[in-house]
Amino acid sequence: MSPIVSFRDVHKSFGAVPVLKGLSFEVQKGEVVALIGRSGSGKSTALRCVDRLETVDKGEIIVCGHRVSDPKIELRKLRQDVGIVFQSYNLFPHLTVEQNITLAPRWVKKADKASARALAQEVLAQVGLSEKIDAYPEQLSGGQQQRVAIARSLAMRPQVMLFDEVTSALDPQLTEEVLKVIEELARQGMTMLLVTHEMAFAARIADRVIFMHEGLIHETGSRDILRNPNTPELKSFVGVGL
Amino acid sequence: MIPSLLGISPAHWAALLAGLKWTVFLSAVGFLAGGLVGFAVALSRISDSLIIRGLAAVYVNLIQGTPLLVLMFVLYFGLPVFGFDMPPLAAACIAMTLFSAAYLGEIWRGCLQSVPRTQWEAADCLALARWERMLLVILPQALRIAVPPTVGFMVQIVKNTSVASVIGMAEMTYIGKLINNATFQPFRIYLIIAGLYFLLCYPLSWLSRRLERKLNVAHR
Repeated sequence: MSPIVSFRDVHKSFGAVPVLKGLSFEVQKGEVVALIGRSGSGKSTALRCVDRLETVDKGEIIVCGHRVSDPKIELRKLRQDVGIVFQSYNLFPHLTVEQNITLAPRWVKKADKASARALAQEVLAQVGLSEKIDAYPEQLSGGQQQRVAIARSLAMRPQVMLFDEVTSALDPQLTEEVLKVIEELARQGMTMLLVTHEMAFAARIADRVIFMHEGLIHETGSRDILRNPNTPELKSFVGVGL
Repeated sequence: MIPSLLGISPAHWAALLAGLKWTVFLSAVGFLAGGLVGFAVALSRISDSLIIRGLAAVYVNLIQGTPLLVLMFVLYFGLPVFGFDMPPLAAACIAMTLFSAAYLGEIWRGCLQSVPRTQWEAADCLALARWERMLLVILPQALRIAVPPTVGFMVQIVKNTSVASVIGMAEMTYIGKLINNATFQPFRIYLIIAGLYFLLCYPLSWLSRRLERKLNVAHR
């Protein structure tokens, strides 16, 4: 079976600064992969390349059968298959929770109002926020907003979910409620690629860990490499992280 | 015989109010037609196409860099040279439209761009098409930001319609000049006209400030 996400020799520079220097990896269906590394190691850029929020200079990216590195890619199709959640939630402040969640299903997938509301109720139940369906984002805590953002992505029935440091703006307690939701998704078999600074969390749910260093994979393996790192760089990194 | 009011005869008052009507009309044209064109200018200014962006920038800079008075002259005296029939009303309407469009376009471009980048990105990631992103996500947020400066600019539109008096457009200032020619009471007549402009503009300024406060509070 072909992988859900595949990077082959991906290069990317911001101006004169190389960020990805020939990155290659794959994510299989149902796999939970944690991308870790220092700030500036290229992990967030790699994640954003999956959803084509960044274009690459060289190399090939294939996501859910879409050739992302192709300039002529149909973004509307790619982005129906890929869900992404950001550090800053990015809920639409002028819309209620329900409207946030049903916006794309209604306009992109042409769902009718009733089935869209049912869908909103379903995904909100998944993140444990059924009672907030009519609230506005500003009435929610950071953790609740992030869970709504996750629900909004799930409503498109993506084949893979991307998480870009989704708990970095939250305090430990709110972090925990968001991580619980992600863990539950992992348990249900969702394919996920996470950029995270939560080493303990990565060690708990990741099937595989990719440690990035200076635009390349420096060390990769099962979650055990977080306990027993082989390279001095990962050793010093988790030494700080855990 | 109806007595005169503030030293102005009833006939002159009637003429002034007819002029006021045209001032309001020109302002409305400037705002509505200028708003329509200005919206296109705002969208062009943030277009992905370098050419469209460039053309819109040239337009805005040309209009902002020339006096409205000169624009009126070009339209009213200049175009007939090439055989266009240009009555004062048409010249004034076109000039007010071009003038307002440039400024409203710039105001609204700023409002669109002040919607955080991450909101555009979030809309993209939900597979929304460009027009859906603009209509459903960006515009509603930009609108809130745009209301106070837009209402504020309406004051500029109202006041600038007086420039049309120089090309013979019979709006309030022009009528005032005529009345002054007949009565030789410049202080009295122009003070009354100033008062009438103030009555048009002050409610707009007041509304602009009020909306600004209200939207700021709602934003917190």
